[in-house]
This record gives sequence, structure tokens and C-alpha cells, in this order.
Amino acid sequence: MSTRQADRGVIAPTDWKRPGVRWSARAAHAALLAALIVIGLGPMLWLAKSAVTPTQDTLRQPLALWPNGLDLANLTEAWTRVEIDKYFFNTVALAAGAWAVQLLVAATAGYALAVLRPRYGKVLSGIVLATLFVPAVVLLVPLYLTVLDPPVLGTSLLNSFWAVWLPAGANAFNVLLMQRFFSNLPREVFEAARVDGAGPYRLFWSIVLPMSRPIIGVVSVFAVIASWKDFLWPMLVLPDPNLQPLSVRLPALQQFVELDVFLAALAISTLIPVALFLVFQRMFLSGAGLGGAIKG
Amino acid sequence: MATTRTDSSRTAARAVPRTADRPGRRGPRRSSRRGGLHTLVFLLPMLIIFGVFSWFPIGRAILMSFQQTNLVTDPSFVGLENFQTVLADPLLWTAVKNTLYFALLALLFGYPIPLVAALLMSEVRRMKGLFSALAYLPVVVPPVVAVLLWKVFYDPGPEGVFNTLLGHVGLGPYAWLQDADIAMPALVLEATWAAAGGTIIIYLAALTGVDPSLYEAAEIDGAGIWHKIWHITLPQLRGILLITFILQIIGTAQVFLEPFLFTDGGPANSTVTVLLLIYRYAFTNSLGGDYGAATALSLMLAIVLALFSALYFRLTRSWSNS
Repeated sequence: MSTRQADRGVIAPTDWKRPGVRWSARAAHAALLAALIVIGLGPMLWLAKSAVTPTQDTLRQPLALWPNGLDLANLTEAWTRVEIDKYFFNTVALAAGAWAVQLLVAATAGYALAVLRPRYGKVLSGIVLATLFVPAVVLLVPLYLTVLDPPVLGTSLLNSFWAVWLPAGANAFNVLLMQRFFSNLPREVFEAARVDGAGPYRLFWSIVLPMSRPIIGVVSVFAVIASWKDFLWPMLVLPDPNLQPLSVRLPALQQFVELDVFLAALAISTLIPVALFLVFQRMFLSGAGLGGAIKG
Repeated sequence: MATTRTDSSRTAARAVPRTADRPGRRGPRRSSRRGGLHTLVFLLPMLIIFGVFSWFPIGRAILMSFQQTNLVTDPSFVGLENFQTVLADPLLWTAVKNTLYFALLALLFGYPIPLVAALLMSEVRRMKGLFSALAYLPVVVPPVVAVLLWKVFYDPGPEGVFNTLLGHVGLGPYAWLQDADIAMPALVLEATWAAAGGTIIIYLAALTGVDPSLYEAAEIDGAGIWHKIWHITLPQLRGILLITFILQIIGTAQVFLEPFLFTDGGPANSTVTVLLLIYRYAFTNSLGGDYGAATALSLMLAIVLALFSALYFRLTRSWSNS
């Protein structure tokens, strides 16, 4: 990924000077850009437009731009009457808790395995990594039964945010990412800190964590996005509508809310992930998600 | 103080790497190293979370597939009965067939398009970021929102969004999700839209890794653009192409959201997938969940998928080492 390679691709620099090549490349790029705008951005623009359009216009002329004017009331109605605000804050709470649990588990485990390196570390990482091979389907039913009747606790976690937060922490990919990053940190710094009298807790909190901001950022953004996207699991463990996140509530809303307000609700649900994407574009587009694709 | 020490230890390590490294490495670390109590404290969150929510349920899944469990009566061992029940279900073969059909269509739609798009995008000189951002945008839309939005697009009336668009070129109107022949391709189209951006980004990253000197060498031999793509670019991408292929198989085999939200398996069971069937066994059974059958089917699917993911890990390992 060096900068040298960005200098050229398949087309030779000398070829770029030939007008025929240049113009056909430009034409191809213009066509690609147009296609990307229509396919990538188009549905989002349509959603944004329809969120502030009266139902009748969206039904009769779905592609016309406000034939009978705007209807901004859709957004406020979705937010208040349909209680999108409640589901929105449920989604935020679920994402925040899942993020905290994932980070706690991944950072402490990564630190123990990569920096403290216990004798049994290799075996332990092996058992953690092995769970990557187990597709999520296998866990669906037994995990559900575990949540219904968790060990030690003695009370069902059904209709509790903990039922979403805690299982989110069992993410082997996060542990792997943290472990890899920590083991690439310069060990001399750890030695120096130890010589200065820092114990394992001090070393973790004051040295390793501050040095690991990039990887913490990556894990955090992907944790929040994944939680925002999650549907099946929260649907199973949060049957109480008052606790459900947007993703679970939206399909149910479709049946008893007018189309314009429903589309406004969809638009509101899309805002945060798209905003996160625009802010952290680099992280998403650098291929850091390559491994994240495993978990779909 | 700390910085000077770091510097001196680094120079020492550089001067005499082996001998200077050893005592420093072993000595002060002893206390906290090699499985002390502190290490265990740091491992505790992972041991608890993975133990309760990963390792234990995995073991339970294997056990449950040989048991009859319905939360009302105590579980009892029934041998292979769950597997026999599942394999005798005529709907299973419909579901397997539909899932394979989904996977095949997803490959037809979703495999060549991102490759062509990435090849074109890698030649873009200005506004490269804009191209990738546009391509990736559908990936960040929450999947439920994407499906519900496309459900509106697939309105079967002549004034639906897609029917209006196709009406301009004299096609349709189509019933889309209500038509047993078109429903599955319609699902795949949405799934492809939602996932293609991720594949494009993977290909783009792989394309920057192609050594330019290979192109230069080919140009000296007088190779044209198509020749270079066919004989250099594609062979160089061989590894990543295989990986995305396997990832797509693993992903499509577990498709749930699209058939569940778009059609709930209909019309006429034409979109019932394996995962939808597992869900129905466990959670929509009026007689109480048939958890045994559900885990038995999950396990059978998992074994097939585990073979694919084992292959994936082998490939990514050799690919990242090279």
C-alpha cells in the first residue's frame, strides 16, 4: 500500500497521453460516476424526498419532486406520535452498552494475551479463535435458552438490555484485532515502564490504552454500526415493544402508520449510521472492514 | 527519565540484539508474567462472556440436537430423531433449493459487477474518494431500512417506483414480491445493492497491491490494456477473488433478513430459506418451540459452512503471508 503504487494502474502513463485512451477512460468514468450516483445515492435521495412528501403524492407520482408541496410535519409526527424518539434512544442505549462490553472484553483480553502472555495464552487464543469458525446460526437457539435461564443469575434476561449487551462481547474478531495491535507495540516502552515501577494495571491504563487509540477507534465504530444493524437477536430477546430498537420496531410500524410518516421514520433511522460513515470515511474505505466481513 | 531509558535500551538492543535483550526480557517481567493472578484478572471479562455466551451455548447446541427440549418438560435424549424429523420435512428440500438458488443468483449479480466497478475506479485520478464513498453508501444503510425501502420500491401497482421506471421503456408492471418467479431475484437484487460496496472496497485495496513493475514489464513486451488486465491484474487478484467467493457463499447460506421481511417465505414457499426454516422450527411453532429440530438443522448447516470458513482461513493466512 505504498504511495509509489498510487502513481499508476493498468493504464500506462504514456497511454494516458494518447487522446483516444484519455477520452475513452473519461467517458467510462463519467458513466461509472453517473451509475454510482443513481444506484448508491439515488435510493437515499428518494427516501429523503419522500420523508417530506404527502402520502398521496408518493403513491401517485413517486418520482415527481413535490407536485403538491412539502410536508415537513411527517418528521415531527414520526418523532413524537409514532414514538420514533423512544425507539431511537433504545437503539442508542443498546449500541452504547454493546460498545462498552465489546471494548472491555477485547481490550483486557488482548492485553493479557499479547502483553502479559501467560503460559496458557496460546491455547486460550486458540479457543477464542475457534469460535470464528462457528456460524452465528448455531448459537441462535442455545443462546436464546441461555438468556432465558442464565447460569448463576437465576433470573431471565428476557426484556432486559443485558440480553443484547453481554452476548455482543463474545466477539472473537475484536479480541483478535486488539491482540494483534498490542503485540505490535514496541516492547521497549513496556520494559521501561516496568523499570520505572509500573504494575500491570498502570501499564494497561496509562501506556497501552493511550497508545492504542487507532485500534480502539476501529473496534468502536464497527461495534456501534453492527449494533445499529442488528435485527434478529434484539427481536428475539426484547419482545416488549417499549424496549425495542428501531430495526425491530420499523417492520411492525409499517402495518399501522401512513406511508409518508413511515418513510420519515426510515429516514430518521438512517441518519446516524450515514453520519458516522461520513465522519469516519477513511476507516470504512481503507479495507479495515475486510475481516469484519466474516461476521456478515 | 522514562524517555532516556527507552532510548538507551533501544540502542543497547540494536548494538547487541540477542544478549542484551535476554536478561531485560526475562528479569523484571517474571513477577507479572507466566500466568500470575493479575493476568487472570485481565482475562476474567473474556472468560465470563465467552464462557457463558459462546463456549457454553456451542456445547449446548451439540447436546440439544440429540434431545427433545421444549421448556415445558425436562429434556430427554432421543438419539438421531431430530435429524430424521428435519430430513423428512418436505419443506427442508424446498429451503435448501431456494438457498442454493439465492446463492447462485447472488453470485451472478454480485460477483462480476463489483470487480468491473473496482477495475474502473482504480484508474480514476481525481475524486477517487467520492467514487468509493458513493459505492459504499448502501452498505452503511441499516439492513432493515434498506429492505423496507425496497419493499416500497417493489410496489406491484403500475405507480410503484420500479414499475414507473420500467414503464418508461415499455416494460411491466411486474408483481415483484407477489410473483413466485420474480420474488427471489427481487430479493437478491436488494441484497446485492446492499453488499456490493463492501466487495468493491476489498477489490480496490487488493488492486493497489499489484506491483506496477509487472505492468511496466508487460508494456516493454508491447502488451495492450486488455492483455494486461487478463494476464496480470486478474491473476494477481486470484487469491482475493477466491476469498470473496467463499465469503459470499458463507453469507448467502445464512440469508434471513430479506426472505423474512420481504416475503416471509412466500409466495408459495418460493423464498423459504434454511435459516427461515430454523427460525420457524424454534420460534413460530404453535405447539411450543421445537428446539431440537432447530439446533439439528443449524448444526448440519454449520458443518457445511465450517468447511467453507476453514478454507477461508487457510487462504487468508497464506494470502497475508505472501
